[in-house]
Amino acid sequence: MENKSQYAIQMKNITKRFGQVVANKNVNLDLKSGEILSLLGENGSGKTTLMNMLGGIYFPDEGEIFINGDKATIASPKDSFGYGIGMIHQHFKLVDVFTAAENIVLGLEGEKGKLNKASLHKAIREIADRYGFDIDPDQKVYDMSVSQKQTVEIVKVLYRGADILILDEPTAVLTPQETDKLFAVMRNMKADGKALIIITHKLHEVLSVSDRVAVLRKGEYIGCVDTKDATQQSLTEMMVGRSVSLNINRPVYENKEDLLIVDNITVRGKDGVKRLEDVSFTAKGGEILGIAGIAGSGQKELLEAIAGIQKLEQGSITYIDDKGENVLLSGMDPLDIIHKGILLSFVPEDRFGMGLVANMPITENIQLRTYRQGKGPMLDRNTPKALSQKIVDDLEVVTPDIDKIPIRRLSGGNVQKVLVGREISCSPRLLMTAYAVRGLDINTSYTIYDLLTEQKMKGVAVIYVGEDLDVLLELADRLVVLCGGKVSGVVDARTTTKEEVGLMMTKLGGGKS
Amino acid sequence: MNKNKEPLLHMSKRDGVTLQLKLLVRIISVILGFVISGIVIFAIVKMNPIQVYKSMAAGAFGTGTRMWFTVRDTMILTCIAAGLACAFKMRFWNIGAEGQMLVGGIATAFFMINYPSMSPVLLFACMIITSLLAGAIWGLIPGFFKAKWNTNETLFTLMLNYIAIQLTSFCVSKWEHPFGSNTVGVINQRTMAGWIGNMFSPGYNGDFAWTVVIVLLVCTFVYIYLKRTKQGFEVAVVGDSENTAMYSGIRVPNVYMRTMAISGALCGFAGFLAVSAVSHTISTSTAGGRGFTAIIVAWLAKMNPFYMILISFLLTFLDKGATQIASDFGLNEYASQIIMGIMLLCILGAEFFLNYKVALNKKNKEVA
Ligand SMILES: Nc1ncnc2c1ncn2[C@@H]1O[C@H](COP(=O)(O)OP(=O)(O)OP(=O)(O)O)[C@@H](O)[C@H]1O
Ligand SMILES: [Mg+2]
Repeated sequence: MENKSQYAIQMKNITKRFGQVVANKNVNLDLKSGEILSLLGENGSGKTTLMNMLGGIYFPDEGEIFINGDKATIASPKDSFGYGIGMIHQHFKLVDVFTAAENIVLGLEGEKGKLNKASLHKAIREIADRYGFDIDPDQKVYDMSVSQKQTVEIVKVLYRGADILILDEPTAVLTPQETDKLFAVMRNMKADGKALIIITHKLHEVLSVSDRVAVLRKGEYIGCVDTKDATQQSLTEMMVGRSVSLNINRPVYENKEDLLIVDNITVRGKDGVKRLEDVSFTAKGGEILGIAGIAGSGQKELLEAIAGIQKLEQGSITYIDDKGENVLLSGMDPLDIIHKGILLSFVPEDRFGMGLVANMPITENIQLRTYRQGKGPMLDRNTPKALSQKIVDDLEVVTPDIDKIPIRRLSGGNVQKVLVGREISCSPRLLMTAYAVRGLDINTSYTIYDLLTEQKMKGVAVIYVGEDLDVLLELADRLVVLCGGKVSGVVDARTTTKEEVGLMMTKLGGGKS
Repeated sequence: MNKNKEPLLHMSKRDGVTLQLKLLVRIISVILGFVISGIVIFAIVKMNPIQVYKSMAAGAFGTGTRMWFTVRDTMILTCIAAGLACAFKMRFWNIGAEGQMLVGGIATAFFMINYPSMSPVLLFACMIITSLLAGAIWGLIPGFFKAKWNTNETLFTLMLNYIAIQLTSFCVSKWEHPFGSNTVGVINQRTMAGWIGNMFSPGYNGDFAWTVVIVLLVCTFVYIYLKRTKQGFEVAVVGDSENTAMYSGIRVPNVYMRTMAISGALCGFAGFLAVSAVSHTISTSTAGGRGFTAIIVAWLAKMNPFYMILISFLLTFLDKGATQIASDFGLNEYASQIIMGIMLLCILGAEFFLNYKVALNKKNKEVA
């Protein structure tokens, strides 16, 4: 402890290339002990890459890293642990069939890994009490919500003695309440002298939790500001490099017509629990219908039921085609829907789990929608290539190329752009999106809002499942509020208030009964 | 406070390796394999490695006949591997090629034994079609169970191998010839009905050029099917994510069944070749473990049927060569297995270096 520097981490002139792509270029970053630093930047600006060099996943091509003032060589995740760095990745690496406690000691050698159950539980409790975590050491991971899994990941690195915590988009998958809890824990850790770096695209979170903000743009370090001197507008401009307007334009489409009628549907999950009960609503062409609700209130099942992936236990879903004729959607599977010529697009919540094929390049992922077109058994390879290039250009997807590297290598935001771009490119009449801007930077989020509004003005019925109430209220025309799998109410987004919707989300009918 | 240990090496993923480099590294790995096994042989038995290699080469290419045998076995191994690749691309662990090959062989033998006087065109058509069908059914069964009840295909395909072996024993006892020998003997020895003959000269078993042509066609088919067709695309999507497949309108159970039928059919077809072009008989050892060896071939070749030819050739060469040195130098079977092991290790090592970059850590500057 003799030469303990004020800086927990200093990164100097770090450069990292992936083939042609320069992910980080001469980046300098300082992190003090006892502070929370936000790392901000557009999609593909190199945030994850930079942090992965601290986590021992990548090794810098150039530059030096100092930990507590000493030069460090981090060549593996194990080295990273050795330096007291704990990284929480966006995709958790827990073993499903193990309990929280088992996951926490998994792979530990020596004394700490050999504790008996009682003392291990005691140690976990101590950490939990010290920072205010909510954790049950005996719970199995497969029974956990995303937020609980995240807690296990954090406790795991703390248990291993991390002083420096790096969280890569931890809030992307959390509800606002869970986010508040996480931030409270983070503040406790900071008070305890730990140093934290958080990556998030939500500017209000940046402003509320961090002490300083470091900004990256296209792999380059732009600068660092004290959070108290920053505003959403100033941060956006730093990030994008020019002034942008953060307003959502909400025009009115005149000839609205019913396009989808959901009538009294009930859906059960695999475990037999009712996920949706007696849900009814109508979606109109030329309208953005927002679906609001606490995460897990049946949003996923609702969209999947419409897309033909979930079976209905009861009720019906009717689609009204462009000739005004009713088509019964319920009972069809996705292929039936395609064969019927129903133009339905769907951006599912789980990108790699459902919307995309992680190991295929962009072109083949784009092709997923269109490969059936054309006569004969052979694949058409040129049309998808042209379409991919167009989507990449239109949405400014940052990628080294479109048909060689697997899509999972792209940055999180760019992956989402490809998915949304593909679904819009099918010129749908009904467009469903679940958390379409999750993981997207603020500028791109607004691009997506504009794209959805553009679709609406073409007469498309847009169903938008969102988590940010402010956005829902600004973007949507009407809101269906879900609460525990039931419709709590349908309101006009132009006249309702955030409080009213918030109440309806937690109590059926907003407590008015 | 940290043990500031500098690891000697560090590893990272490697991108953008050119085709030429890949080829070069692979060739070097094979050469390295020979050099290392030479050293090992020398260390163990103090025999001149050059002499040993010569003997191996003689075993595989020593005479025209031996050369053709090597080619023939390479081709049949490739045919099985190409069939397996369809299933593997779908992440369906088909380890039932032995069984699929056997039932294909039974179907072939059935027609050869029972309809020797049919017109050759009709006879071959029957043999080919039924061997494809028999293999397809043998592949379809585990595919169907996987599709309907999500049974474990590894266990299922493996168990079907034993059923196929029993079935073969049963047929052998029915078709026994001469009586009491408990073998089928060479079928149609006199008329040679249903035999695939030479291409370049009259007669049989002089050359195996037809087999080469046929298997090249199979390779081309599999290559195009997996890479260029809509169905092949579906196979790849299902292999990567069932949910994504379902989402995009692919009926996953149908793809499982369809692909396993194709995979099984091609393995059954290998059984047809083994009976009609090679042994002209059927026994429980008609497959002879090649259904398992082909698994290695398919994976090492990364599902590319044309690479499979090279890998199959290498394995066949080693196998033949090893048998030869065993008899020439009085070594036992294990010597050949050691060589085989060293070779596979070198090939896998090459794949590792092609995928990962390993760099020495220098003290200060890191330039990769
Ligand atoms: N393993 C890799 N191989 C090739 N390119 C990569 C790899 N990892 C990242 N990149 C590229 O480096 C750039 C920076 O990516 P990175 O994931 O660091 O961005 P990010 O700032 O975390 O973005 P996001 O906010 O979208 O998560 C991107 O252009 C990405 O395509
Ligand atoms: Mg990232």
